[in-house]
Amino acid sequence: MSGANDPYDPKQVAALSAEALDAAVAEARRAFAGAGDLAALAAVRPAHLGDRAPVLLARRELGALPPAARADAGKRVNAARQALTAAYEIRLAELEAERDARVLAEERVDVTLPWDRTPRGARHPLTTLTDRIADIFVGMGYEVADGPELEAEWLNFDALNIGRDHPARTMMDTFFIAGGPGQDEDSGLVLRTHTSPVQARTMLARTPPIYVVAPGRVYRTDELDATHTPVFHQVEGLAVDRGLSMAHLRGTLDHLARILFGAEARTRWRPSYFPFTEPSAEFDVWFPEHRDGPRWVEWGGCGMVNPRVLVACGIDPDEYSGFAFGLGIERALQFRSGVGDMRDIVEGDVRFTRAFGVEQ
Amino acid sequence: MRVPIGWLAEHVDLPAETTVEDLDTAFVRLGLEVEDVHRPEEVTGPLVVGRVLEVEELAGFKKPIRYCRVDVGEEEPRGVVCGATNFAVGDAVVVALPGAVLPGGFAISARTTYGHVSDGMICSARELGIGEDHAGILVLGDGTTGPAPEAGTPAGPVVGLDDVVVELAVTPDRGYCLSMRGIAREIGTGLAVGWRDPGALTPPAWSGDPAWAVTVEDPARCDRFSMIALEGLDPTAPSPWWMRRRLAQSGVRSISLAVDVTNYVMLELGQPMHAFDRDRVTGPIAVRLARPGERLTTLDGVDRALDADDLLITDGSGPIGLAAVMGGATTEIGDGTSSVLLEAAHWEPTGVARTARRHRLPSEAAKRFERGVDPEMTVVALARAAALLGEYGGARVVGTPVDVDTRAPRPVVALDAGLPGRVAGVPYTPAQVVELLAAVGCTVDGEGAELAVTPPPWRPDLTDPADLAEEVVRLAGYDDVPSVLPTAPPGRGLTEGQRRRRAVGRALAEAGYVEAPAYPFVGAAVLDALGLPEDDPRRAVVLVRNPLSEEEPALRTTLLPGLLATLARNLARGQRDLALFEHGSVFPGDRRSPAPLLGVDRRPDDDVLAALLGAVPAQPWHVAVALAGHREPRGWWGPGRPAVWADAVQAARLVTEAAGVELAVRAGERAPWHPGRCAELLVDGAVVGHAGELHPRVCAALQLPARTSVMELDLDALPAAGVPAGPRVSAFPPVLMDLALVVGEEVPAAEVDAALRAGAGDLLESLRLFDVWTGAPVPAGSRSLAYALTLRAPDRTLTGEEAAAVRDAAVTAAAERTGAVLRA
Repeated sequence: MSGANDPYDPKQVAALSAEALDAAVAEARRAFAGAGDLAALAAVRPAHLGDRAPVLLARRELGALPPAARADAGKRVNAARQALTAAYEIRLAELEAERDARVLAEERVDVTLPWDRTPRGARHPLTTLTDRIADIFVGMGYEVADGPELEAEWLNFDALNIGRDHPARTMMDTFFIAGGPGQDEDSGLVLRTHTSPVQARTMLARTPPIYVVAPGRVYRTDELDATHTPVFHQVEGLAVDRGLSMAHLRGTLDHLARILFGAEARTRWRPSYFPFTEPSAEFDVWFPEHRDGPRWVEWGGCGMVNPRVLVACGIDPDEYSGFAFGLGIERALQFRSGVGDMRDIVEGDVRFTRAFGVEQ
Repeated sequence: MRVPIGWLAEHVDLPAETTVEDLDTAFVRLGLEVEDVHRPEEVTGPLVVGRVLEVEELAGFKKPIRYCRVDVGEEEPRGVVCGATNFAVGDAVVVALPGAVLPGGFAISARTTYGHVSDGMICSARELGIGEDHAGILVLGDGTTGPAPEAGTPAGPVVGLDDVVVELAVTPDRGYCLSMRGIAREIGTGLAVGWRDPGALTPPAWSGDPAWAVTVEDPARCDRFSMIALEGLDPTAPSPWWMRRRLAQSGVRSISLAVDVTNYVMLELGQPMHAFDRDRVTGPIAVRLARPGERLTTLDGVDRALDADDLLITDGSGPIGLAAVMGGATTEIGDGTSSVLLEAAHWEPTGVARTARRHRLPSEAAKRFERGVDPEMTVVALARAAALLGEYGGARVVGTPVDVDTRAPRPVVALDAGLPGRVAGVPYTPAQVVELLAAVGCTVDGEGAELAVTPPPWRPDLTDPADLAEEVVRLAGYDDVPSVLPTAPPGRGLTEGQRRRRAVGRALAEAGYVEAPAYPFVGAAVLDALGLPEDDPRRAVVLVRNPLSEEEPALRTTLLPGLLATLARNLARGQRDLALFEHGSVFPGDRRSPAPLLGVDRRPDDDVLAALLGAVPAQPWHVAVALAGHREPRGWWGPGRPAVWADAVQAARLVTEAAGVELAVRAGERAPWHPGRCAELLVDGAVVGHAGELHPRVCAALQLPARTSVMELDLDALPAAGVPAGPRVSAFPPVLMDLALVVGEEVPAAEVDAALRAGAGDLLESLRLFDVWTGAPVPAGSRSLAYALTLRAPDRTLTGEEAAAVRDAAVTAAAERTGAVLRA
């Protein structure tokens, strides 16, 4: 190194000579190429790119040169430095690629190993199917109404035009509730035989227009077998408004059938009898995906709300008309999902329920 | 109602090409559900009418055996061996000749038996598959009870082997369809073919004194009572084969000519009748309500205490019949009855229903009267029955029939002719409405829109305009109703409560719980097994008066019995690791006054309605979980983790998080939980449920694995969730620090946690217990709780001094409240 005040000649600053710089670059390239892995490369880097590396030291000498010579030498130093850096980066990239190829290959795992550390849960398909049906009606502007399973006999029967001595009352296979201790044996309560008392509750509590669905659990004194269960689920629908007709009822049921069972689905009506609707019908749904081939499947009952029921619930039948329907969830689940035996639905075997997942 | 098509065809001009499927479709369109179609079993090969020429009784066998010579229309009679004795020389019988195959694949061939060659078989009704009568062989006629067919005639058509029986489900509003008369009207109208009303017969002009002295004391319950007397009935005269066969096809057992005729006429005309042995009736007959202490032994042999609401037919001796439901034993037709009093009446339906229900006697008569019978038919039915008894039993009518008729005229229904169209959404013309109502049997007066409709006597169900509208729509066809989607006003979506129930179910399912809804029926045994104390409110149950099982007569007050039964069922089926949940109503048996039965002619007054709704007990919605086996399974990652009490508590946290409320937990004690492993679950300071491990005795009693853990809480007891406030998220760096505190073992972690939070103040972003240590170097009786704290300020980077101050404040608070000491 020259002292700052030394007289100088550029040719005498050997470090800045083209030869010296070229030699330094060549030396560095050799060193980089000779580095077999990233650690070796890191080890040789300071000697060629560090503060004490020849090219960096040479650069410090530039200040000693007269301005004319300085520009020329500066270009040479910078070029050398860029060459060095480029050589280093290239080698670094090569070595990193090599390392990645080797190490990541070593870190390979079997991605097919299971990781089911949390067991799989599920909601019962009756629940999810009920929700789905409710959601279809909510989408049409209906509200979801609730009612108690242990229900007043008057709401389960009388308010629905099923008088005390009406044959339909005995045909309902009702669970009757005993009066409490010290009370008369008649409690006036039953386990509701259908979701229809929610119709009466709704009409008693609200004024038209009324558009509600009421899903829920209902009871009949049937023994459990492959096709019957004493505890089952229905969805009740009720609309009371001006000018409603059976055509609106059909439109509503057709819409529900199409959403649940596909665009091909539609409903068929058979005249029937329910004391709380007049006219009354049982309805079937055309189910193209049935496991035994496309067919009509019995699904529920429906009709126009009997004006007597409107009167008992304080709604003027001359101003309003209504339609109502009730359908079986177990039944829908049975044919929609091809469930042959009712007992699978009611017994709570986790193998059955898990097949349906959290949202069907 | 079983409808033999051959019988139906007698009244309806069924087109020759009509198939059973056509009839099925027509019935269904009319609202008569086809429950079943009974087709006789096929008989192939020669089956002919035979006439018995000779009968030789073969002696020396264990049972009577006959060797008969039977004319089967061939040159020579055939010899047939037969084990029945209910036929005589001259009778026409059905003979299956060798080569015939009877139902059940029973092939007939000539064979030697009892020392004779039997060249065919004389058949019973059951062998032919046309009835259950196997007591003897089928006698077609003996020349006195009706014309017998020629020997050699193919017997298939004669005995109606090709006759189909359609079984219909008749809805309770249509009692008239419990008769061939009603079915003929329906199917004739439905198929638009000719038909004849078997009820349209004119009774003969009888003369003489009234048949019996009769008074009706309760005309409100009996508005028509008719009776006819017959003498000279041959008690041994058999019912004709065709009648017995139609009764058999209709599911009615043949008993005697007199009884068979009353049943046959009931099936034909829909009018139930009763035959009394006239010689056993004493004194005048009165129709009246039962008096205190009266009893009656009915035809089924049951001695019945009568209720003051039971309507009776009585004579001088007292009750001789439970009106409209069942006759009495003392005047029953017997083997020697030759004089008969036939009764046909019209009874008020609800009274019949009460008596039938009270005495558990859903007889064929009661079934019809409950649903409505045509009051015009009483005398017609008596005339029809008298004619049959005369023809087949030699009986003759004595005197004139009694007919106490106090009926009120049928009210006329005013009908707006446009109503059916508005109900259906189909534009029926007024002319169409009138035509369809006429087809139902109504008399329609009036022009244009205002119609005055008198419904026919057999349709007591038609009382309101809506009933008439239904008939119009039904006969026009439901298929005509178009499909139009109505527009509901905008709705409010699900309620918060409904959203909460869904959220809870989803949260548990996503955490690995499987929903397992159970029947809500429980018995005392399971409440005992759960170890509930005698005064536990969960023992105050609602009882079902008619339970399916006497073992489980009550409604659940807790979800645990059903859930644990489902758990046990799954375990029995080989599952080991189970996490189940159920949510649903429970039925606490709190005392309430009985729910009133109100009128239905108008909306009940508000206070009356409130009393009704208040009499229905609250039915809170609970959620429960049960865990057994491993909560996390073993795997290649290591061993499994058994489900423990803490999982049950965590399930409560999942539930309350999904419900949007904050849960607090403290030690509790309650059956059926382990006294040292029971968490009381609190929200806003109120106990809402419990969670933890089951008491070992409960596990043993219910045969559940040890350490089975459960949680149950009352979802309805949770307060409404507020709208969550969005926290301000600070972007300044946190200060992370751990600290370990030594506290007495009896101090709940939740208290230490609360003290640290209170002491740390607002700068504490999160606090998490990450280690619990008992044992050296922590002194006995204490444990070390290690917490990770994250501190952060919303507006600046915390300094070391600030962080230290927060930590000191937290430790100080913990020390003050719980005696905690910072671990060195």
